[in-house]
Parts: sequence; structure tokens; C-alpha cells
Amino acid sequence: MVKEASPLEIERNVGNFAYPETHTHDAGVGLTEKTIHFISDIKEDPDWVREFRLKAYKTFLSKPMPTHWASKDLEAIVFDNIRYYLSGGTQPKRNWEDVPDDVKRTFERLGIPEQERKFLAGVEAQFDSEAVYSNIKKAVGEQGVIFVGSAEGLKNHPEIFRKWFGKVIPVGDNKFSALNSAVFSGGSFIYVPPGVKVKHPLQAYFRINAENFGQFERTLIICDEGSELTYMEGCTAPKFNTATLHSAVVELVAMKGAKLQYITVQNWSSNVFNLVTKRGIAHEDAEVKWIDCNIGSRLTMKYPGVIMKGRRARGEVLSIALAGDGQHQDTGAKMVHAADETTSNIISKSISIGQGRATYRGLVQIPKHLKNCKNNTECDALLINSTSRTDTYPAITVRGTGNSVQHEASVSQVSAEQIFYMQQRGLTEAQAMSLSVNGFVNDLVRQFPMEYSVELKRLIELEMEGSVG
Amino acid sequence: MFCVPQMSQLSITNLRVSIGEQEIIRGLSLAIPKGEVHAIMGPNGSGKSTLAKVLAGHPDYKVTSGEILMDGENIMELAPDERARKGLFLAFQYPSEIPGVTIANFLRAAVQARMPEGEELEATDYYARLYEKMDLLEMDRSFTSRSVNEGFSGGEKKRNEILQLAMLEPKYAVLDETDSGLDIDALKVVAHGVNVMRGPGRGILVITHYQRLLDYIIPDHVHVMVQGRIVRSGGKELALELEEKGYESYEEVKTTAREPALA
Ligand SMILES: Nc1ncnc2c1ncn2[C@@H]1O[C@H](COP(=O)(O)OP(=O)(O)O)[C@@H](O)[C@H]1O
Ligand SMILES: [Mg+2]
Repeated sequence: MVKEASPLEIERNVGNFAYPETHTHDAGVGLTEKTIHFISDIKEDPDWVREFRLKAYKTFLSKPMPTHWASKDLEAIVFDNIRYYLSGGTQPKRNWEDVPDDVKRTFERLGIPEQERKFLAGVEAQFDSEAVYSNIKKAVGEQGVIFVGSAEGLKNHPEIFRKWFGKVIPVGDNKFSALNSAVFSGGSFIYVPPGVKVKHPLQAYFRINAENFGQFERTLIICDEGSELTYMEGCTAPKFNTATLHSAVVELVAMKGAKLQYITVQNWSSNVFNLVTKRGIAHEDAEVKWIDCNIGSRLTMKYPGVIMKGRRARGEVLSIALAGDGQHQDTGAKMVHAADETTSNIISKSISIGQGRATYRGLVQIPKHLKNCKNNTECDALLINSTSRTDTYPAITVRGTGNSVQHEASVSQVSAEQIFYMQQRGLTEAQAMSLSVNGFVNDLVRQFPMEYSVELKRLIELEMEGSVG
Repeated sequence: MFCVPQMSQLSITNLRVSIGEQEIIRGLSLAIPKGEVHAIMGPNGSGKSTLAKVLAGHPDYKVTSGEILMDGENIMELAPDERARKGLFLAFQYPSEIPGVTIANFLRAAVQARMPEGEELEATDYYARLYEKMDLLEMDRSFTSRSVNEGFSGGEKKRNEILQLAMLEPKYAVLDETDSGLDIDALKVVAHGVNVMRGPGRGILVITHYQRLLDYIIPDHVHVMVQGRIVRSGGKELALELEEKGYESYEEVKTTAREPALA
């Protein structure tokens, strides 16, 4: 993990380390209508998708950068310098020998399997675990679950795809959702039929499919009535991405009585702008839950949201953000109550180290005509050393009586005395810090699937080692 | 003390310590051989806690001269955690709270930190030992899942310090005002915990303000510390004398006192 933010110039193909590369389908740098046509041609988009992209491109151009409320650092993104499409078979290749030792050690410490290490380091274009993948596909396929890449989804299942695509998050929601809509490629499409409860979290696919590591992935998940699904995205391994801009859109739909949980653990290298729009719709008695862990990146802006559209719908966002030196985590949650008796819960924990900065933005809307809605918001910030900065901007709009809102916020420090106390027991400074951080997020992490909480704990340890130097 | 080889004692020679412009320890020498219990008594503000923290390597204090040797090795340049792993333990006068970190996890990390690299602590052995020590200190098992010192009473904090002492089995232990905040029953339990730890392989320095603790942890030597110096050393009866007469006489002596000779 590289600590320094990169200089303002955005490098096109080089991430944190260089390697030789070959591209057969390459849209070149910069974004024009031609780029959109190029992408649509290669992907053999149906006409409606091509039009959707072109319209989105215009929206993208017309929208200002949200610097009036968000970080001025966004101005450092030079859209003309970015490469918007690299085709599947053209993932950069390099030799394992060329991967720097510290990167290899990181993989080892995280316990990433050998094959996956190579894949994550960009050594292998396509991580070959077709067997694992097809097993998962077979198991869920027998239940009628559709689980494919988004390109395949829009081609082979247009009747479901089209109905929901761009409906949860309109193209013009923000500048980056418009950008994603114009140039998206990769991501997943999942449909779970009524009453089907998918036992195991769907995850492996994401880890092993190269396309999903794209910059502009687009994911759409629909859980039909009474169904249940847990989806896991990402991996705690640092992504040695070539891309400096990552802008995904994730749309979730939970029909009546469905339960949908979406888990993200992402660890970005510190040159990446990670600007992601995630939102779900929960119909009557349905539940949408986001678990979101953001580590690293130069700037992350992400506010997972839930629109509670049906009676008794529930929305939840549990998030952890860790901002190391020179990093800015601008995260939060959006809860839109649109029916009676809906409940939402937001728990956000942020950790700022050194010059790291964490911002929480929460938006909770409960309109006047609704009855018996509830929101609970908790945001806790932990500062490790005095130069860290944390801000909270909760915007809670509750109208009408009969609705209840609870809001708690806290800021605490890991003090020098605490560290000394722990060191006196034999822990190194880094171990002491990671223990404090793990203690801080402990009650939240306990709700995560076991595997993820273990990875997260290791990741925090690594991050602390890096910050002590 | 000539007979005690350097190799098995914690020795402090001509130590001078400042914080900011203020000199707090002003030429202090002391040796704690393995197998002995020494007590330092002194009025508030005489620099007892400063001495304890300097031994443990607290970064806020500046050692302007002198030497600290542990089993003959100069530990002055070592980080606090290195000193700890080499066998130095400090029971704090004011232990820190660590929110969200359970006692079980904390001690486990501390025990693990003392093991050779690549070796993993066996969970069942660990818990067996932990419960044994907790029983010794009459601590409820539910303590293991409480966050370290968070919301603890003064007495619970002190007990928790001694639990850590018992688990980590250091070569040298410095107990800073372990008696404060304890009622008489708790004091007896804690003193028992410390007495169990006495032995030929361990040197113990008990810092206290009151004589009371020394009724239960009977020291081999007692030192009187006033204004950053040891002004008198003697046997256990010195504690009783101090109890009667107080420190006043020494505070007058301080201006004329010569550097106390150690050996
Ligand atoms: N961190 C500190 N900053 C400023 N002064 C300190 C600090 N620590 C100790 N002192 C001062 O040093 C003197 C000795 O304090 P201390 O070692 O705590 O004494 P004791 O433990 O004997 O009561 C006191 O005057 C105290 O105010
Ligand atoms: Mg003191």
C-alpha cells in the first residue's frame, strides 16, 4: 500500500507500479461520442443501450463537478487523460517476478490463495477457476437464480434487466452516475426468483472475474418476492489497479418481503478516486442492508442509500471507513422513507490516521404524511494523532409527528497514554494501534460474515504497520 | 549489595530526569536484585510515578544523565515494548482504558507478543492459565469479555493490573500505588496475588504512599524518596517509622542531603 497521494496529474495506465502491457481493444484516452460508439460496438450493445449511453454522456457533460459541497480535490480528475475502456482479453499482463516484493508480502499476509494473488497482481489476464465458478452457477442455477455479468444480463434477460436498469439510480443522479451510465462495462446481474433463499453468499464470481475489476462496473440485483440473498463484493487485497478513477453504480431491488444484503470490503491504492453510487429499493416488508468497508484511496465518495417504498420496509447501512495519511474518506448513508412504518438504521465508524480525513454525510428523509417511521443514526469517529480531521454533516429531515429519530455522534482519540500502556504490555506501536482500531470497530464487525471480519482485522493490522513506518 | 552480580538485577545509577524545564528525578540510584522486594515510599509529587514510567520508557520524560541496566544490559535506548518483552512490567497507578478490546484479547495479544515468531498461542492452554490467575485474584470470569479498564472501579483496575502481572510473569515488576482505591479485603487479595509472584527469579519494586500495603507485602528493603532523591534506605521497620513520623523530617533534610550512596 502506497501512502503518498500521487501528484495531480492522473497517470493513464500506470498504477502504483509499472509493467509492460498490451491492449487489443483500447478506446484510447479521453471521452467523446466516438468513445461511446467504440464501446457500444465492441460490446454489441442493443440500440436502446447505445442510446442510453449517449444520453447519459450528455448528462455527464452538463453536470457540474460537485465541488460546491464535496472536496475540491475532485478538480484533479482530468477526464481527458482517462482510458474508458479496455476489453476483457486485454487486461494488462506482467510476470510474477516483476511484482514488487512488498506487494507479494501483502498478499501473503492477507492469506490470499496463490492463484488469486497472481490474478490480483495483474499477472494473469483471466484467473482460471472456471470450476469454482461453474459450481456456484450450477448450485444457484438449479434454484432458478440468474447470476451473470451485466453485459450478458442485458442481452439475455432484457425483460428483467430493462425493467429495473437505471430506475433505482437515475442517470442524472450525479455526475459520476451519468459517467458510469455512459461508459459502463463489467459488473454483475443477479435475479433471485420468488421465495428462493440463496444459502451461501454469492461472492467467488466477483473475485475471479476480470471484468468485474473494471473501473466503471454496473451491478443490478433483483430479489423477487420473499427471496433472500447476500452478495459480497471486493476483496481486502489492495488492488494494484491501473485505473485512477473508479466509478461504479450498484442498483438493488428487494420486492415484497425480500431480504438483500450487499457487502463490500475494498482496499484501494492511494492514487485512486473512488466515486460510487449505490442505492436500493425496499418494497413492502422487504429489507435492504449495505455493509460497506472502505480502506485507502485518495478520495472515496460513497453514500449507500435505501428507498423504503413499501410499508414496514427496512433499510440499513453499516459502514467503516479508514483514512490513512493523505487520504479522504467522504462516506455516509441516505435513507428515504416513502411509506408508513418504515425503519432505517445507520451506523458509521470512521478512523483517521495522520493527515487522513474522514467525513460523514447522512441524509434521512421522513415526509410529513407518514406515520410510525423510525430512524437510528450513530456515527463514531476515531482519531489517531492530532492532525487527523473528521467532520459530520447529518441532514435529517423529519416532518410530522409520530415519527422518531435518534442520532448519536462521538469522536474519540487513541491517546499516547493508551499506546504507552499497550506497549508496556509488549505490543509494538503498530500492534497497539491496530488493537485500538479493532476495538473501535468491534461491535460492528461482529455482524459481518466471519471470513470478512478476519480479513478486515488483518487488513487493519497491515494498515497500522504502514502508518507507523 | 556487592555480592549481587550485575547480571541479575535491575539497577539504576545516578538517574536524572526532566520534563520540560523541571527536573523531577535528581540523581537517584537503586538496585533491585532478583529474589527481593523493595519498597519506595514518599510523599505525593516526589517523583515515584515518574521513576516508574521512566523505567518503562515513557517518551514524555527526558533522561538527562544516568543509567538503567536490566540484567547488565543498558535498556535506555529500547522502546517501551522492547523493555516489556525483555521482562519489565509496570502496574500503572492510573491504567488506561481501551474501549472495545476485551481483557481476554488484550492479554492474549500480550502473551503472543512474547512468543517466538511463527509460534501460535494454544487457545485452550491460554484460557486455562487465565482462569487460574483470575481465581487467584478472585475475579469473576465475566471479566474476560469486558473491555480493558473501561468502566472499571478503581479497585477493579488495580486487580486487572495484577492479573496482567500474573499472566506475563516478568523478571522485574514495578507496582505503582497498587493499593490506592482498594478496600481492605481487596488489598489482601491483591497482596496475595503479588506474594505468589515472589521468588528467586523475580525482582519487585513496590511504590506506595502509605505503609498499609507493606503489612501484606513485606519488603526486604524500604527506601524513602523525597523530591526526586532517595534520602534514606533501610529494612522493613523503616516503613513503620515513616508511618509514625511522616516525611516532614526528610523534607527538611533534602536541602542538605548528600547524594545517597548506594553500595
Ligand atoms: N507529564 C508531566 N508533565 C508535567 N509535570 C509532571 C508530569 N509528570 C510528573 N510531573 C511532575 O513531576 C512531579 C512528580 O510527579 P510524580 O512522579 O507523579 O510523583 P508521585 O508519583 O511521587 O506522586 C510532580 O511535581 C508532577 O507535577
Ligand atoms: Mg504517583
